[in-house]
Amino acid sequence: MTLKTTPLNAAHRAMGAKMVDFGGWDMPVNYGSQIDEHHQVRNDVGMFDVCHMRVVDAKGDGVRAFLRYLLANNADKLAASGRALYSAMLRPDGGVIDDLIIYFMTEQWFRIVVNAGTADKDIAWMKEQAAKVAPQLVITSRDDLAMVAVQGPHARTKVWEVLPQTKTATEGLVNFQAADCGEYFVARTGYTGEDGFEVMLPKEKVEAFWYALSKVGVKPIGLGARDTLRLEAGMNLYGQDMDETVGPLESGLGWTVDLKSERDFIGKAALLANPPTRKLAGLVLLDRGVLRGHQKVKTAHGDGEITSGTFSPTLEKSIALARIPNEVQLGDTVQVEIRDKLLNAKVVKYPFARNGKGLI
Amino acid sequence: MSNPSNLKYTASHEWVKTEADGSITVGITQHAQELLGDMVFVEAPTAGRKLKAKEECAVVESVKAAADVYAPVSGEVLAANSDLDGAPEKINSDPYGAWIYKMKPDNAADVAALLDAAAYQAVVDSEAH
Repeated sequence: MTLKTTPLNAAHRAMGAKMVDFGGWDMPVNYGSQIDEHHQVRNDVGMFDVCHMRVVDAKGDGVRAFLRYLLANNADKLAASGRALYSAMLRPDGGVIDDLIIYFMTEQWFRIVVNAGTADKDIAWMKEQAAKVAPQLVITSRDDLAMVAVQGPHARTKVWEVLPQTKTATEGLVNFQAADCGEYFVARTGYTGEDGFEVMLPKEKVEAFWYALSKVGVKPIGLGARDTLRLEAGMNLYGQDMDETVGPLESGLGWTVDLKSERDFIGKAALLANPPTRKLAGLVLLDRGVLRGHQKVKTAHGDGEITSGTFSPTLEKSIALARIPNEVQLGDTVQVEIRDKLLNAKVVKYPFARNGKGLI
Repeated sequence: MSNPSNLKYTASHEWVKTEADGSITVGITQHAQELLGDMVFVEAPTAGRKLKAKEECAVVESVKAAADVYAPVSGEVLAANSDLDGAPEKINSDPYGAWIYKMKPDNAADVAALLDAAAYQAVVDSEAH
Protein backbone atom coordinates (compact mmCIF):
# COMPACT_ATOMS: atom_id res chain seq x y z
CA MET A 1 0.00 0.00 0.00
CA THR A 2 1.26 3.47 -0.81
CA LEU A 3 1.34 5.75 2.19
CA LYS A 4 -0.40 9.10 1.98
CA THR A 5 1.89 12.10 2.28
CA THR A 6 1.38 15.67 3.44
CA PRO A 7 2.79 18.65 1.52
CA LEU A 8 5.57 18.77 4.15
CA ASN A 9 6.93 15.29 3.41
CA ALA A 10 10.06 16.51 1.62
CA ALA A 11 10.68 19.08 4.36
CA HIS A 12 10.56 16.39 7.05
CA ARG A 13 13.08 14.28 5.20
CA ALA A 14 15.33 17.30 4.63
CA MET A 15 15.20 18.00 8.37
CA GLY A 16 16.31 14.46 9.24
CA ALA A 17 12.97 13.05 10.39
CA LYS A 18 12.48 9.40 11.09
CA MET A 19 9.30 8.60 9.16
CA VAL A 20 6.70 6.02 10.19
CA ASP A 21 3.40 4.68 8.94
CA PHE A 22 0.82 6.49 11.07
CA GLY A 23 -2.61 5.18 10.14
CA GLY A 24 -1.69 5.08 6.47
CA TRP A 25 0.17 8.40 6.49
CA ASP A 26 3.93 8.75 6.11
CA MET A 27 4.62 10.99 9.10
CA PRO A 28 7.64 12.11 11.18
CA VAL A 29 7.86 10.33 14.54
CA ASN A 30 10.91 12.33 15.62
CA TYR A 31 13.79 14.33 14.18
CA GLY A 32 16.30 13.40 16.90
CA SER A 33 15.54 12.88 20.57
CA GLN A 34 11.81 12.64 21.25
CA ILE A 35 12.35 13.73 24.85
CA ASP A 36 14.25 16.85 23.74
CA GLU A 37 11.37 17.66 21.38
CA HIS A 38 8.90 17.29 24.24
CA HIS A 39 10.83 19.72 26.46
CA GLN A 40 11.28 22.07 23.51
CA VAL A 41 7.50 22.54 23.34
CA ARG A 42 6.95 22.79 27.12
CA ASN A 43 9.75 25.34 27.53
CA ASP A 44 10.03 27.24 24.26
CA VAL A 45 8.28 26.52 20.94
CA GLY A 46 7.88 23.74 18.38
CA MET A 47 5.89 23.07 15.21
CA PHE A 48 3.87 20.04 14.17
CA ASP A 49 2.72 18.90 10.75
CA VAL A 50 -0.99 18.24 11.26
CA CYS A 51 -1.89 18.42 7.57
CA HIS A 52 -3.30 14.90 7.84
CA MET A 53 -6.13 16.22 10.00
CA ARG A 54 -9.17 17.34 8.04
CA VAL A 55 -10.81 20.74 7.91
CA VAL A 56 -14.52 20.66 7.14
CA ASP A 57 -16.70 23.70 6.51
CA ALA A 58 -20.42 23.56 7.24
CA LYS A 59 -22.24 26.46 5.59
CA GLY A 60 -25.82 27.60 5.20
CA ASP A 61 -28.89 28.68 7.12
CA GLY A 62 -29.46 26.78 10.34
CA VAL A 63 -25.92 25.45 10.69
CA ARG A 64 -25.93 26.11 14.45
CA ALA A 65 -29.19 24.21 14.94
CA PHE A 66 -27.75 21.30 12.98
CA LEU A 67 -24.61 21.13 15.12
CA ARG A 68 -26.73 21.41 18.25
CA TYR A 69 -28.35 18.15 17.17
CA LEU A 70 -25.25 16.47 15.71
CA LEU A 71 -22.86 16.92 18.65
CA ALA A 72 -22.81 15.98 22.33
CA ASN A 73 -21.51 19.38 23.40
CA ASN A 74 -23.79 22.36 22.89
CA ALA A 75 -23.04 24.69 19.98
CA ASP A 76 -25.11 27.31 21.81
CA LYS A 77 -22.14 27.83 24.13
CA LEU A 78 -20.46 29.68 21.25
CA ALA A 79 -21.51 33.33 21.33
CA ALA A 80 -18.63 35.45 19.99
CA SER A 81 -17.35 34.96 16.45
CA GLY A 82 -14.28 32.73 16.30
CA ARG A 83 -15.00 30.90 19.56
CA ALA A 84 -14.25 27.19 19.50
CA LEU A 85 -15.75 24.18 21.24
CA TYR A 86 -14.43 20.66 21.77
CA SER A 87 -17.05 17.96 21.35
CA ALA A 88 -17.66 14.29 20.79
CA MET A 89 -19.83 13.19 17.87
CA LEU A 90 -21.89 10.18 18.95
CA ARG A 91 -23.68 7.26 17.40
CA PRO A 92 -27.31 6.77 18.42
CA ASP A 93 -26.09 4.08 20.88
CA GLY A 94 -23.73 6.59 22.52
CA GLY A 95 -20.46 5.27 21.03
CA VAL A 96 -17.97 7.93 19.98
CA ILE A 97 -17.63 8.42 16.20
CA ASP A 98 -14.95 11.04 16.69
CA ASP A 99 -13.84 13.95 18.83
CA LEU A 100 -13.52 17.27 17.05
CA ILE A 101 -13.32 21.04 17.40
CA ILE A 102 -15.92 23.37 15.95
CA TYR A 103 -15.27 27.06 15.32
CA PHE A 104 -18.23 29.44 15.14
CA MET A 105 -17.48 32.04 12.48
CA THR A 106 -20.93 33.31 11.42
CA GLU A 107 -24.49 32.00 11.65
CA GLN A 108 -23.87 30.78 8.08
CA TRP A 109 -20.47 29.19 8.68
CA PHE A 110 -18.96 26.84 11.25
CA ARG A 111 -15.56 25.28 10.68
CA ILE A 112 -14.93 21.75 12.00
CA VAL A 113 -11.58 20.01 12.45
CA VAL A 114 -11.66 16.22 12.68
CA ASN A 115 -9.14 13.42 13.11
CA ALA A 116 -7.23 12.03 10.13
CA GLY A 117 -8.17 8.39 10.51
CA THR A 118 -11.88 9.10 10.91
CA ALA A 119 -12.29 11.99 8.46
CA ASP A 120 -14.03 10.14 5.63
CA LYS A 121 -16.36 8.34 8.03
CA ASP A 122 -17.11 11.61 9.86
CA ILE A 123 -17.97 13.54 6.73
CA ALA A 124 -20.19 10.75 5.44
CA TRP A 125 -22.01 10.73 8.80
CA MET A 126 -22.43 14.52 8.85
CA LYS A 127 -23.81 14.54 5.31
CA GLU A 128 -26.17 11.68 6.09
CA GLN A 129 -27.57 13.51 9.12
CA ALA A 130 -27.75 16.84 7.28
CA ALA A 131 -29.69 15.22 4.45
CA LYS A 132 -32.34 14.25 7.01
CA VAL A 133 -32.67 17.39 9.10
CA ALA A 134 -30.88 20.24 7.28
CA PRO A 135 -30.65 19.50 3.55
CA GLN A 136 -29.92 23.15 2.82
CA LEU A 137 -26.45 22.87 4.38
CA VAL A 138 -23.31 22.50 2.29
CA ILE A 139 -20.65 20.38 4.00
CA THR A 140 -17.27 20.65 2.33
CA SER A 141 -14.07 18.76 3.03
CA ARG A 142 -11.36 21.42 2.65
CA ASP A 143 -8.76 19.25 0.98
CA ASP A 144 -7.17 22.44 -0.34
CA LEU A 145 -6.06 23.42 3.18
CA ALA A 146 -2.98 22.44 5.16
CA MET A 147 -2.53 22.80 8.91
CA VAL A 148 0.48 23.46 11.13
CA ALA A 149 0.36 23.60 14.93
CA VAL A 150 2.85 25.97 16.55
CA GLN A 151 2.93 25.27 20.28
CA GLY A 152 4.83 26.44 23.34
CA PRO A 153 5.14 29.57 25.46
CA HIS A 154 6.81 31.45 22.57
CA ALA A 155 4.57 30.11 19.82
CA ARG A 156 2.41 33.17 19.20
CA THR A 157 5.39 35.53 19.01
CA LYS A 158 7.04 33.30 16.43
CA VAL A 159 3.90 33.08 14.29
CA TRP A 160 3.60 36.89 14.34
CA GLU A 161 7.24 37.15 13.28
CA VAL A 162 6.48 35.04 10.21
CA LEU A 163 2.94 36.31 9.55
CA PRO A 164 2.98 39.93 10.77
CA GLN A 165 -0.18 40.65 8.77
CA THR A 166 -2.18 38.39 11.11
CA LYS A 167 -1.04 39.98 14.35
CA THR A 168 -3.73 42.65 14.69
CA ALA A 169 -6.50 40.13 14.18
CA THR A 170 -5.01 37.45 16.44
CA GLU A 171 -3.37 39.18 19.40
CA GLY A 172 -6.71 39.57 21.17
CA LEU A 173 -7.71 35.92 20.75
CA VAL A 174 -8.47 34.10 23.97
CA ASN A 175 -7.81 30.41 24.40
CA PHE A 176 -10.14 28.45 22.07
CA GLN A 177 -10.81 31.29 19.66
CA ALA A 178 -9.86 31.72 16.01
CA ALA A 179 -9.61 34.53 13.48
CA ASP A 180 -10.11 34.27 9.75
CA CYS A 181 -7.25 36.31 8.26
CA GLY A 182 -7.88 35.73 4.57
CA GLU A 183 -5.56 32.96 3.43
CA TYR A 184 -4.57 32.20 7.00
CA PHE A 185 -7.05 30.90 9.54
CA VAL A 186 -5.38 31.24 12.94
CA ALA A 187 -6.77 29.44 16.00
CA ARG A 188 -5.52 29.62 19.58
CA THR A 189 -5.95 25.88 20.06
CA GLY A 190 -3.68 22.85 20.25
CA TYR A 191 -3.03 19.37 21.55
CA THR A 192 -0.10 19.88 23.90
CA GLY A 193 -1.31 21.71 27.00
CA GLU A 194 0.75 24.74 25.98
CA ASP A 195 -0.23 28.08 24.53
CA GLY A 196 -0.02 28.37 20.76
CA PHE A 197 -1.74 28.55 17.42
CA GLU A 198 -3.03 26.09 14.90
CA VAL A 199 -2.73 27.70 11.48
CA MET A 200 -4.77 26.58 8.49
CA LEU A 201 -3.53 27.82 5.14
CA PRO A 202 -3.52 26.91 1.43
CA LYS A 203 -1.58 23.72 0.78
CA GLU A 204 0.75 25.37 -1.69
CA LYS A 205 1.91 27.85 0.96
CA VAL A 206 2.59 25.44 3.79
CA GLU A 207 6.14 24.45 2.91
CA ALA A 208 7.26 28.08 2.76
CA PHE A 209 5.49 28.72 6.09
CA TRP A 210 7.22 25.71 7.67
CA TYR A 211 10.68 26.83 6.53
CA ALA A 212 9.99 30.42 7.58
CA LEU A 213 9.12 29.20 11.09
CA SER A 214 12.26 27.09 11.13
CA LYS A 215 14.32 30.14 10.15
CA VAL A 216 13.10 32.08 13.20
CA GLY A 217 14.02 29.19 15.50
CA VAL A 218 10.89 27.05 15.68
CA LYS A 219 11.95 23.39 15.92
CA PRO A 220 10.03 20.62 14.16
CA ILE A 221 8.37 18.14 16.55
CA GLY A 222 7.37 14.59 15.67
CA LEU A 223 4.35 12.50 16.50
CA GLY A 224 6.26 10.81 19.33
CA ALA A 225 6.47 13.99 21.38
CA ARG A 226 2.96 14.96 20.26
CA ASP A 227 1.70 11.86 22.05
CA THR A 228 3.62 12.42 25.30
CA LEU A 229 2.59 16.10 25.34
CA ARG A 230 -1.11 15.37 24.85
CA LEU A 231 -1.08 12.57 27.39
CA GLU A 232 0.60 14.76 30.02
CA ALA A 233 -2.01 17.40 29.20
CA GLY A 234 -4.74 14.83 29.84
CA MET A 235 -6.14 14.97 26.32
CA ASN A 236 -7.81 11.92 24.83
CA LEU A 237 -6.62 10.21 21.67
CA TYR A 238 -9.38 8.85 19.47
CA GLY A 239 -9.02 5.13 18.80
CA GLN A 240 -7.12 4.62 22.04
CA ASP A 241 -8.96 6.37 24.86
CA MET A 242 -12.37 6.15 23.19
CA ASP A 243 -13.97 4.77 20.06
CA GLU A 244 -17.33 3.63 18.73
CA THR A 245 -17.63 0.90 21.37
CA VAL A 246 -17.50 3.18 24.39
CA GLY A 247 -19.40 6.28 25.46
CA PRO A 248 -18.04 9.71 26.35
CA LEU A 249 -19.05 9.39 30.03
CA GLU A 250 -16.73 6.39 30.41
CA SER A 251 -13.98 8.19 28.47
CA GLY A 252 -13.33 11.22 30.65
CA LEU A 253 -15.44 13.39 28.36
CA GLY A 254 -18.37 14.04 30.71
CA TRP A 255 -17.35 17.70 30.88
CA THR A 256 -18.01 18.02 27.14
CA VAL A 257 -21.46 16.41 27.20
CA ASP A 258 -24.38 18.70 27.88
CA LEU A 259 -27.17 16.60 29.36
CA LYS A 260 -28.77 19.44 31.32
CA SER A 261 -30.40 21.47 28.57
CA GLU A 262 -33.67 20.47 26.91
CA ARG A 263 -31.77 20.07 23.67
CA ASP A 264 -31.92 16.68 21.97
CA PHE A 265 -28.80 15.36 20.27
CA ILE A 266 -27.75 12.11 18.65
CA GLY A 267 -26.81 9.66 21.40
CA LYS A 268 -28.49 11.55 24.25
CA ALA A 269 -31.20 8.97 24.93
CA ALA A 270 -28.62 6.18 25.09
CA LEU A 271 -26.44 8.13 27.52
CA LEU A 272 -29.41 8.80 29.82
CA ALA A 273 -30.53 5.16 29.67
CA ASN A 274 -27.08 3.74 30.45
CA PRO A 275 -25.39 5.45 33.39
CA PRO A 276 -21.64 4.85 33.32
CA THR A 277 -20.11 2.11 35.50
CA ARG A 278 -16.54 2.91 34.55
CA LYS A 279 -14.54 6.10 34.30
CA LEU A 280 -11.28 7.32 32.86
CA ALA A 281 -8.70 8.02 35.54
CA GLY A 282 -5.07 9.08 35.68
CA LEU A 283 -2.40 6.68 36.92
CA VAL A 284 1.14 7.34 38.06
CA LEU A 285 3.37 4.30 38.32
CA LEU A 286 4.96 3.96 41.77
CA ASP A 287 7.28 1.06 40.87
CA ARG A 288 9.88 1.03 38.07
CA GLY A 289 8.61 0.37 34.56
CA VAL A 290 6.52 1.92 31.82
CA LEU A 291 2.72 1.88 31.58
CA ARG A 292 1.37 1.11 28.09
CA GLY A 293 -2.00 0.83 26.41
CA HIS A 294 -3.98 -2.40 26.99
CA GLN A 295 -2.22 -3.40 30.21
CA LYS A 296 -4.66 -4.83 32.74
CA VAL A 297 -5.39 -2.82 35.89
CA LYS A 298 -6.45 -4.68 39.03
CA THR A 299 -8.47 -2.74 41.59
CA ALA A 300 -10.44 -3.60 44.74
CA HIS A 301 -13.62 -3.05 42.69
CA GLY A 302 -12.76 -5.12 39.64
CA ASP A 303 -10.44 -4.96 36.66
CA GLY A 304 -9.79 -2.09 34.32
CA GLU A 305 -7.50 -1.38 31.40
CA ILE A 306 -4.95 1.23 30.45
CA THR A 307 -6.03 3.12 27.34
CA SER A 308 -2.87 5.22 26.89
CA GLY A 309 0.39 4.96 28.78
CA THR A 310 3.85 6.40 28.40
CA PHE A 311 6.87 7.82 30.16
CA SER A 312 6.25 11.45 31.10
CA PRO A 313 9.35 13.52 30.30
CA THR A 314 8.09 16.38 32.51
CA LEU A 315 7.43 14.25 35.61
CA GLU A 316 10.15 11.68 34.79
CA LYS A 317 7.65 9.00 35.78
CA SER A 318 5.38 6.70 33.88
CA ILE A 319 1.79 7.92 33.54
CA ALA A 320 -1.39 6.57 31.98
CA LEU A 321 -5.06 7.00 31.37
CA ALA A 322 -7.03 3.94 32.41
CA ARG A 323 -10.67 2.91 32.24
CA ILE A 324 -11.51 1.57 35.71
CA PRO A 325 -14.60 0.90 37.84
CA ASN A 326 -16.40 4.01 39.11
CA GLU A 327 -15.90 3.00 42.75
CA VAL A 328 -12.12 3.46 42.61
CA GLN A 329 -11.17 6.74 44.33
CA LEU A 330 -8.43 9.28 43.78
CA GLY A 331 -5.43 8.33 45.89
CA ASP A 332 -6.16 4.60 45.75
CA THR A 333 -3.34 2.25 44.85
CA VAL A 334 -4.05 -0.20 42.04
CA GLN A 335 -1.94 -2.92 40.41
CA VAL A 336 -0.95 -2.96 36.77
CA GLU A 337 -0.01 -6.22 35.09
CA ILE A 338 3.23 -5.66 33.18
CA ARG A 339 4.67 -8.80 31.63
CA ASP A 340 4.67 -11.31 34.52
CA LYS A 341 4.59 -8.76 37.35
CA LEU A 342 2.04 -6.70 39.24
CA LEU A 343 3.29 -3.14 39.73
CA ASN A 344 1.75 -0.50 41.98
CA ALA A 345 0.22 2.65 40.55
CA LYS A 346 -1.61 5.53 42.21
CA VAL A 347 -4.91 6.88 40.94
CA VAL A 348 -4.53 10.62 40.38
CA LYS A 349 -6.43 13.57 39.03
CA TYR A 350 -5.19 14.57 35.57
CA PRO A 351 -3.91 16.57 33.59
CA PHE A 352 -0.42 15.55 34.62
CA ALA A 353 1.37 18.61 33.20
CA ARG A 354 0.48 21.83 31.43
CA ASN A 355 1.99 25.23 30.73
CA GLY A 356 5.54 24.07 31.32
CA LYS A 357 4.87 22.53 34.73
CA GLY A 358 4.16 19.15 36.26
CA LEU A 359 0.89 19.09 38.21
CA ILE A 360 1.31 15.82 40.13
CA MET B 1 28.55 4.89 13.86
CA SER B 2 29.92 1.59 12.55
CA ASN B 3 29.71 -1.65 14.48
CA PRO B 4 32.97 -2.33 16.33
CA SER B 5 34.89 -5.18 14.71
CA ASN B 6 36.06 -6.63 18.05
CA LEU B 7 32.47 -7.54 19.01
CA LYS B 8 30.12 -10.37 18.03
CA TYR B 9 26.47 -9.81 17.16
CA THR B 10 23.09 -11.53 16.95
CA ALA B 11 20.38 -11.14 14.34
CA SER B 12 18.16 -9.88 17.20
CA HIS B 13 20.46 -6.84 17.59
CA GLU B 14 22.49 -7.69 20.67
CA TRP B 15 26.24 -7.13 20.76
CA VAL B 16 28.53 -9.48 22.68
CA LYS B 17 31.97 -8.71 24.03
CA THR B 18 34.29 -11.44 25.28
CA GLU B 19 36.22 -10.37 28.38
CA ALA B 20 39.69 -11.56 29.39
CA ASP B 21 38.24 -14.06 31.89
CA GLY B 22 36.01 -15.69 29.27
CA SER B 23 32.81 -14.05 30.50
CA ILE B 24 30.76 -11.98 28.05
CA THR B 25 28.99 -8.63 28.34
CA VAL B 26 25.82 -8.06 26.35
CA GLY B 27 24.19 -4.86 25.14
CA ILE B 28 22.05 -3.66 22.25
CA THR B 29 23.45 -2.29 19.02
CA GLN B 30 23.55 1.23 17.67
CA HIS B 31 20.91 0.20 15.12
CA ALA B 32 18.60 -1.13 17.86
CA GLN B 33 18.86 1.95 20.06
CA GLU B 34 18.25 4.18 17.06
CA LEU B 35 15.08 2.27 16.17
CA LEU B 36 13.77 2.43 19.73
CA GLY B 37 14.67 6.03 20.50
CA ASP B 38 15.03 7.60 23.96
CA MET B 39 15.48 4.87 26.57
CA VAL B 40 13.63 5.28 29.85
CA PHE B 41 13.75 1.88 31.54
CA VAL B 42 15.94 -1.21 31.62
CA GLU B 43 15.06 -4.48 33.30
CA ALA B 44 18.08 -6.77 33.43
CA PRO B 45 18.23 -10.43 34.54
CA THR B 46 19.42 -11.23 38.06
CA ALA B 47 22.75 -12.88 38.79
CA GLY B 48 22.57 -16.66 38.97
CA ARG B 49 19.81 -17.03 36.41
CA LYS B 50 20.47 -19.78 33.88
CA LEU B 51 19.74 -18.79 30.32
CA LYS B 52 19.23 -20.74 27.15
CA ALA B 53 20.37 -19.26 23.84
CA LYS B 54 17.69 -16.98 22.31
CA GLU B 55 15.72 -16.85 25.58
CA GLU B 56 14.12 -13.49 26.47
CA CYS B 57 16.04 -12.26 29.48
CA ALA B 58 15.92 -8.47 29.63
CA VAL B 59 13.63 -5.66 28.55
CA VAL B 60 14.57 -2.21 27.34
CA GLU B 61 11.85 0.39 27.10
CA SER B 62 12.00 3.66 25.23
CA VAL B 63 9.35 6.37 25.36
CA LYS B 64 7.94 4.73 22.25
CA ALA B 65 8.05 0.98 22.90
CA ALA B 66 9.25 -1.98 24.92
CA ALA B 67 11.67 -4.46 23.37
CA ASP B 68 12.94 -7.82 24.55
CA VAL B 69 16.64 -8.55 24.80
CA TYR B 70 17.64 -12.16 24.14
CA ALA B 71 20.43 -14.33 25.46
CA PRO B 72 23.00 -14.65 22.65
CA VAL B 73 24.18 -18.04 23.93
CA SER B 74 23.39 -20.41 26.80
CA GLY B 75 25.01 -19.74 30.16
CA GLU B 76 24.60 -18.14 33.57
CA VAL B 77 24.03 -14.48 34.42
CA LEU B 78 26.89 -13.03 36.47
CA ALA B 79 25.74 -9.43 36.92
CA ALA B 80 23.40 -6.71 35.70
CA ASN B 81 24.62 -3.21 34.97
CA SER B 82 23.01 -1.25 37.80
CA ASP B 83 24.36 2.02 36.37
CA LEU B 84 21.56 1.87 33.82
CA ASP B 85 18.81 1.96 36.50
CA GLY B 86 19.18 5.69 36.97
CA ALA B 87 20.56 6.44 33.52
CA PRO B 88 18.97 4.26 30.81
CA GLU B 89 19.76 7.00 28.27
CA LYS B 90 23.39 5.79 28.31
CA ILE B 91 22.19 3.12 25.88
CA ASN B 92 21.41 5.93 23.43
CA SER B 93 24.56 7.94 23.95
CA ASP B 94 27.01 5.03 24.17
CA PRO B 95 25.37 1.80 22.98
CA TYR B 96 28.61 -0.17 22.85
CA GLY B 97 29.71 1.02 26.30
CA ALA B 98 26.36 0.58 28.07
CA TRP B 99 26.34 -3.16 28.67
CA ILE B 100 23.11 -4.55 30.11
CA TYR B 101 24.26 -7.80 31.70
CA LYS B 102 27.28 -10.04 32.04
CA MET B 103 27.14 -13.81 31.65
CA LYS B 104 29.35 -16.89 31.70
CA PRO B 105 28.76 -18.86 28.49
CA ASP B 106 28.44 -22.64 28.70
CA ASN B 107 30.58 -22.99 25.61
CA ALA B 108 33.06 -20.45 24.28
CA ALA B 109 32.53 -21.97 20.84
CA ASP B 110 28.91 -20.72 20.86
CA VAL B 111 30.20 -17.17 21.17
CA ALA B 112 32.72 -17.65 18.39
CA ALA B 113 29.88 -18.83 16.14
CA LEU B 114 27.89 -15.56 16.48
CA LEU B 115 27.81 -12.97 13.68
CA ASP B 116 30.83 -10.78 13.04
CA ALA B 117 30.45 -7.05 12.36
CA ALA B 118 30.15 -7.46 8.58
CA ALA B 119 27.58 -10.25 8.81
CA TYR B 120 25.55 -8.21 11.30
CA GLN B 121 25.66 -5.18 9.03
CA ALA B 122 24.21 -7.38 6.27
CA VAL B 123 21.29 -8.22 8.61
CA VAL B 124 20.67 -4.52 9.27
CA ASP B 125 20.87 -3.69 5.56
CA SER B 126 18.42 -6.44 4.66
CA GLU B 127 15.88 -5.09 7.20
CA ALA B 128 15.99 -1.68 5.60
CA HIS B 129 14.48 -3.06 2.38
